[in-house]
Amino acid sequence: MEVPILKQGAFLIATFQAALSDADLNQLRMGLVQQVVKFRSRAVIVDVTAMDVMDSFASRTLREIAHMIRLRGAETVIVGIQPEVAFAMVQLGLTLEGVATALDLEEGLAYLNEKFKITNRR
Amino acid sequence: MVFTFKSLSDSNRGLARRRTICAQEKNFMAKRDSTPTDIELKRTEEPSELLRELVAHLRQNRTQLREEWVVRISETRLLTAMTKEEIFAEATSVYDSYVEALETEAFEALQAYARNLSERIIPRGVETHEVVGIVLLLRDVLARSLFAKYQTDFKKLNRILDAYEPAANRIANTVAVGFVQERERVIRQQQEAIRELSTPVLQVRERLLILPIIGVIDPQRARQLTEQLLRGIRTNRAKVVVIDITGVAAMDVTVANHLVQTVEASRLLGATVIVTGLSPEIAQTLVTIGVDLGKMNTVGDLQGGIEQAERLLGYKVASITEPN
Repeated sequence: MEVPILKQGAFLIATFQAALSDADLNQLRMGLVQQVVKFRSRAVIVDVTAMDVMDSFASRTLREIAHMIRLRGAETVIVGIQPEVAFAMVQLGLTLEGVATALDLEEGLAYLNEKFKITNRR
Repeated sequence: MVFTFKSLSDSNRGLARRRTICAQEKNFMAKRDSTPTDIELKRTEEPSELLRELVAHLRQNRTQLREEWVVRISETRLLTAMTKEEIFAEATSVYDSYVEALETEAFEALQAYARNLSERIIPRGVETHEVVGIVLLLRDVLARSLFAKYQTDFKKLNRILDAYEPAANRIANTVAVGFVQERERVIRQQQEAIRELSTPVLQVRERLLILPIIGVIDPQRARQLTEQLLRGIRTNRAKVVVIDITGVAAMDVTVANHLVQTVEASRLLGATVIVTGLSPEIAQTLVTIGVDLGKMNTVGDLQGGIEQAERLLGYKVASITEPN
């Protein structure tokens, strides 16, 4: 299953659909980093609102994506983790350490805009 | 052995008469139990036929027997929480359900009826012993009526009782169990309500939530707390949460871990957690379990916590000065 990656100014937005297989996740990992290189993006927002389960492989992959993207000098923000998923994750000890998180896409963009102090020109 | 059985509607003399009958009945029962095998050999009627026969008798004399039962209920001072009319109305439906259960042996239906009845009368303050009491009274009233009907045919009476007693006992059991189950359900419901009420998630500013915790936290309450908080973060789009545990005296290792998990889960939803009001004992527990204090943002008291939260959110509180 292809994960759509959209460009929003200096940022990329990747929206996870419901259940991603391990193969999908691996493909996404390479794909996202390639896109960051291609567009010289400053940050990537990964929207996992549609994911109602998060296993250890998915969690590790997200951390690896964030680290790989940081090696390209870009920031990663994970948004849209559902309360039930968050609860399950901490119980399993999957904490996404070192990766920024935000409530939803709007918050994620606000965080990045604040961080990079990008102002809209009218 | 002959004994007389008169209607008990004359309540003044009823008590004395019942005592006489009681003694006579004891002799009767002793004799019945001691007479052995002739009865088994002469068992000509099927138990189910006997059951139908006694059910028909109980239906025919419904009005009279129900009246007797209601009289006995008030004499023994049961169901004092209910009015006479209410007792009569409930008695009617209980009597009919009783006889129907005897007939159909559909005890699931009876249990459902008992739970339904309990749902209605428990809020009225009716106790378990009252419910069991009235069912047993009904059992007695109906049994006496059977004695009266079959008093001339001793062997038949025996067979009738053989059919009646197991069913009647099962009914008494079913009703009592149904009643108790309903009470337990109510208790569980109330416990749940208390737990929910005791962990409110309060929004005090835009994007700022406060979770004041008071009392004892057991693992179940801790779990519920976390769920409520996470839902609250999403609903209110909170960026900062202040969890105040001033009102919590002590916390065991399990719950302390749970608190740490709550902080981490909140972060996954993009919210920062500030924990305030840690008592010395709890501070000790946290250090003992080796909590990574870098992960936990703590401030001494609630006031300090709110002030820091406001700073994080970019609020500044200034006093309003009078213009000169």
